[in-house]
Amino acid sequence: MNLFCVGLSHHTANVETRERFAGGTRAESTLREAGCAEALVLATCNRVEVYGASEKRVSTDEIAHCLLQNREVSDRGHSEALPFYRYEAEKCVQHLFRVASGLDSMVVGETEILGQTKKAYQSARTSGAVGPCLHRLFQRAFRVAKQVRTHTEITRGSVSVGSVAVDLAQKIFGELGNCSVLILGAGETSERTARVLISRGVTDLRVSNRSNDRAQELAQRVSGQAVRFSQWPQQCCEIDILITSTSSEAPLLTPTNLGPVLAHRIDRPLFIIDIAVPRDVDPAVNEMEGVYLYDIDALRSVAEQSLAVRRQQIASAEAIIAEHVADFLEKISRELSRASRITGDPPVADSSLRATQL
Amino acid sequence: MDRDLLIISTLCFLAAVVRTGVALRAGVFPPGRFNFLAIGLGLVFQTAFLSIRGHALGRCPLTNLFEVFIFLAWSVALIYMLVGPTYRLSLMGAFTAPLVVLLQGFALIAPIDVRHSVKMPANTALEFHASVSLVAYGAFALACIAGVMYLVQERQLKTHQLRSIFYHLPPLTDLFAAITRLLWWGFILYTIGIVSGFFTGRPLPRVQVVAAVGVWLLYAAILQGRYFRRIAPKRVAALCIIGFSVALTLLWGITFSAQTHSVQ
Repeated sequence: MNLFCVGLSHHTANVETRERFAGGTRAESTLREAGCAEALVLATCNRVEVYGASEKRVSTDEIAHCLLQNREVSDRGHSEALPFYRYEAEKCVQHLFRVASGLDSMVVGETEILGQTKKAYQSARTSGAVGPCLHRLFQRAFRVAKQVRTHTEITRGSVSVGSVAVDLAQKIFGELGNCSVLILGAGETSERTARVLISRGVTDLRVSNRSNDRAQELAQRVSGQAVRFSQWPQQCCEIDILITSTSSEAPLLTPTNLGPVLAHRIDRPLFIIDIAVPRDVDPAVNEMEGVYLYDIDALRSVAEQSLAVRRQQIASAEAIIAEHVADFLEKISRELSRASRITGDPPVADSSLRATQL
Repeated sequence: MDRDLLIISTLCFLAAVVRTGVALRAGVFPPGRFNFLAIGLGLVFQTAFLSIRGHALGRCPLTNLFEVFIFLAWSVALIYMLVGPTYRLSLMGAFTAPLVVLLQGFALIAPIDVRHSVKMPANTALEFHASVSLVAYGAFALACIAGVMYLVQERQLKTHQLRSIFYHLPPLTDLFAAITRLLWWGFILYTIGIVSGFFTGRPLPRVQVVAAVGVWLLYAAILQGRYFRRIAPKRVAALCIIGFSVALTLLWGITFSAQTHSVQ
């Protein structure tokens, strides 16, 4: 049985090409008709891959043809060089383990891919496209991904500005359900950050803007309440998180005007996310007790730190994967030898056979 | 034999310290299960040691500075086992283990395990007073450790330099809640310990009373500052560290004075 992976990803193809070959609901059955004993299509926004097992080799072109979304355009693009990669046997196993662990993702260490892989596996299993070979391969891939996540810091921290801000808020306040948030300035980034906060449990959201109409619009969109711009300084006594993104030329918040507010909230921290350029908050505010100020550069710097750590962890993750690849291949080889002893076929012993006869 | 148990116990705590050190160097923190198990095992051996020593003495093993240190280390480990999982402070083990190693290591190396020639008859009230006070010290020690964790976390948030440990430490508000609870537990136990000291039927040395009341007043001041929101969380955390350092120094003085008193 030949085990292979044919696909294209953000490394090799642009989004337009990936769209063309995104497969369809019938892709797996078409692949089986083309000669694959087992087939699984993993289609995400960053990759389209076919994992298959077949008795005889199924060419990359045939697989690409099965993946075409619109068969009518297939002839038009047939002569062009397709950006597909192909991994066989050991390389295929290694590739899947890397994909499931998030090592091949656009953002190294992202965990969404594992969920997408599980979903693809479940769907193929339900439709009967997955047999014992792919079943074992994918079960092992899920184990490897879990081990990589547990034993390395490949998924540590957030790598987008919005997520970093929310992660920091959680590191200060723990559960965000009881936190009050004031959004100062009805900008797009504020709204995005507010939405991430809502997704993590924030319910008390207040919006203030120079134009009260815009404040009310945003408040409506995020199920918050609008506060008149003249009243936002008083709100600082009650809130836990302040997100500012106004277009003010001078800082709105300075140690002088924040000092009296802090006197009333000595035992409660105040987290300020200043995403305005020029900044809305005087950097000296960060020196005040109980205040944690992060401007756009600080948030980016944290995101970059996380990404750097993730990159450092790649070697450890690769080591775990290599161990599992060797172990997986050895187990398969042992089972094939046992099966051949029973059937009387010559035993699978040498590595060249191991590589192709999975 | 009993010292062997103590050495094994110290090695268990040392294993947790080494594991944490290796994890810190690698920048990868494994789940806190290893530390929890190592500390749990260390606690078992500590308990076995104290039990054997207690049987040999025919009383609570608090007759010299050596035993006081071990009892204190035992209280710290015990309270960690009770508090750690409850308040999701698994990383506290990484901070608790070094303190226990320090206390036990010092007790094992220093020539302080001296058996006194004059043996006073066992006094239940006195033993209760001493043991409850030491368990209170254990709570204060844990509050001190939580204070260190708070300051580490706070510093990283202020400077925007988030190291690996940042992602494994609990949120600031959770740590502060843990500090407050530990302070209250320690304070209540210590109050019971001090009050019970007046019912031992023996005159207490003035130095001991002054030192004990001094520690009590110190923690009372921290708690009232916290209760009336006059002291910021960062200062409470710092005061927990200062408070425990002072209390530990005075404990030495109290134990030394008690030893002198019992010999006389």
